[in-house]
Amino acid sequence: MTADDAVVIDVAGLRMRYGTADVLHDVTFQARRGEVLALLGPNGAGKTTTIEILEGFRTRSAGHVEVLGTDPARAGEDWRARVGVVLQSWRDHGKWRVRELLAQIGAYYTGYTTPWDPNDLVAAVGLAGQANQKIRTLSGGQRRRLDVAIGIVGRPEVLFLDEPTAGFDPAARHDFHDLVRGLATEHRTTVLLTTHDLDEAERLAGRILVLDGGRIIGDGTAEELARRIAGRDEVRWSLGGERFSRPADNPARLVYELYGEHGDGLHDLEVRRASLEDTYLSLMRRAELAHQGGPR
Amino acid sequence: MSPARIALRAGRSRGLVELRQSVTNGGDLFNHLFWPVLMLVTLWFLRDRPFGQSGFPLGALVLPSILGMNAAMAMVSMSQQLTADREDGTLLRAKATPNGVLGYLTGKLVSVSGGLLIDLAIFLLPALLLVRGLAVGRPAGWLTLLAVLVLGLVATLPAGAVLGSIFTSARSQGVLTLPILGVIAISGVFYPITVLPGWLQAVAQAFPIYWLGLGMRSALLPPEAVAVEIGDSWRHLETVAVLGAWAVAGLLIAPLVLRRMARRESGSRVADRRERALQRVG
Repeated sequence: MTADDAVVIDVAGLRMRYGTADVLHDVTFQARRGEVLALLGPNGAGKTTTIEILEGFRTRSAGHVEVLGTDPARAGEDWRARVGVVLQSWRDHGKWRVRELLAQIGAYYTGYTTPWDPNDLVAAVGLAGQANQKIRTLSGGQRRRLDVAIGIVGRPEVLFLDEPTAGFDPAARHDFHDLVRGLATEHRTTVLLTTHDLDEAERLAGRILVLDGGRIIGDGTAEELARRIAGRDEVRWSLGGERFSRPADNPARLVYELYGEHGDGLHDLEVRRASLEDTYLSLMRRAELAHQGGPR
Repeated sequence: MSPARIALRAGRSRGLVELRQSVTNGGDLFNHLFWPVLMLVTLWFLRDRPFGQSGFPLGALVLPSILGMNAAMAMVSMSQQLTADREDGTLLRAKATPNGVLGYLTGKLVSVSGGLLIDLAIFLLPALLLVRGLAVGRPAGWLTLLAVLVLGLVATLPAGAVLGSIFTSARSQGVLTLPILGVIAISGVFYPITVLPGWLQAVAQAFPIYWLGLGMRSALLPPEAVAVEIGDSWRHLETVAVLGAWAVAGLLIAPLVLRRMARRESGSRVADRRERALQRVG
């Protein structure tokens, strides 16, 4: 067991190189116990590579990585029992029935912990009605909830979720967010999830890491990021038909000063809040351009 | 109970679940029935034909040889299932579970050997009514059959696991089919091996199919049938030696190859393979 606010995930100077191409450059971050951390970024930013290294499924090129105090590349089965993994897409065990598979996978954890009871677990992820259904007959969203159920059946201390809600309808997404928040607050599970959905990152995660081109370009709460990356708020106005704009740390003061100076001559006054969405959209655009420009 | 013991137990129940699935699902049931029924039909046409001047009914020679061949085919099912499980992420799932790979392999051993027993029974029970000239009244004969079967599985399943780790896609598994058919053709299954040229006999004797067939014949045929065999002998010692050598080699190599294969599995690898599979279809 780890102390209450212990560092559970510790990554420093992580680098990954395939051939001559670096896909991760000097990635550094930490997560504490019970924290929900979102790895946000466009496709190809290195999210999956990062999470696979942390899961112990991929060997890094360089850098320091510790999950639960152990290097995942050298971790044994005891470590494995404390970590839950939900990959981007699973399609295994199609012939198995939902409850049957949960009981089978849960069994391996009995030497380490008390795994979830399959009946409680299907209820917790909203699959009670499908408990006896064959897995290949599940819908995409149901399958995904099963994947999450398998990820948490051994009551992991750390849970890795790679694009967990891709293909969910809004209701399923809402339920899923409740489930993940519950894991973090009630069970003190540390959750690291990747997503390219800004809204999801903002709702779910206490902290967001923005990954772009294999680099972490932002680390903080949604508000902090908006400020840090999008820069300062912006004040726009026009005077005598001419337009002006100026970034401002304290827009109210600037507006006050402008009014004091120009009085009613001040027109089209507008304060634009720095938003995470703007930042993110510009990031996506940049990544898209790079992709189009690059060799196919 | 230690985690490893727990995994072995979970693996056993995993194998039993898979075995049950294979007899309750249309496609798998067809696979179970296809070869045994085909072999029964073959046997029907051969049943009254005598072999050469010996006058011995060919059907009686072929029945145990088919049993031996089927037993050796467990190697192929092991290999195919391993490849398929790698392709759909079942193996990766096992890797994400504590001691899951141990449980997975235990389950495979249980389900493949259990499936083989079902296939053998589907063939053997009707075949016994079809063919005359067998010596099935001796308990010692059935014990020999059991011993040959167990030895055969120990010889072929690890080898199957090695093959399954080498071939990364269901398509490349197809490459295996031709050489296997070739080995079957020269292993004295449908006609005694002694009619083949010496060098082909030598090649066949390097593979388990011939020896499993020989062992099965020694179990189910009357003593005088030995006249048909190489050197007029059942060659039990040699059978144990060759199958034992396969077993030892397989058991030495399989853990190394399997560990390497499991280590290399990751989510993006599974996704890549699926992408390639889809491209072939499209």
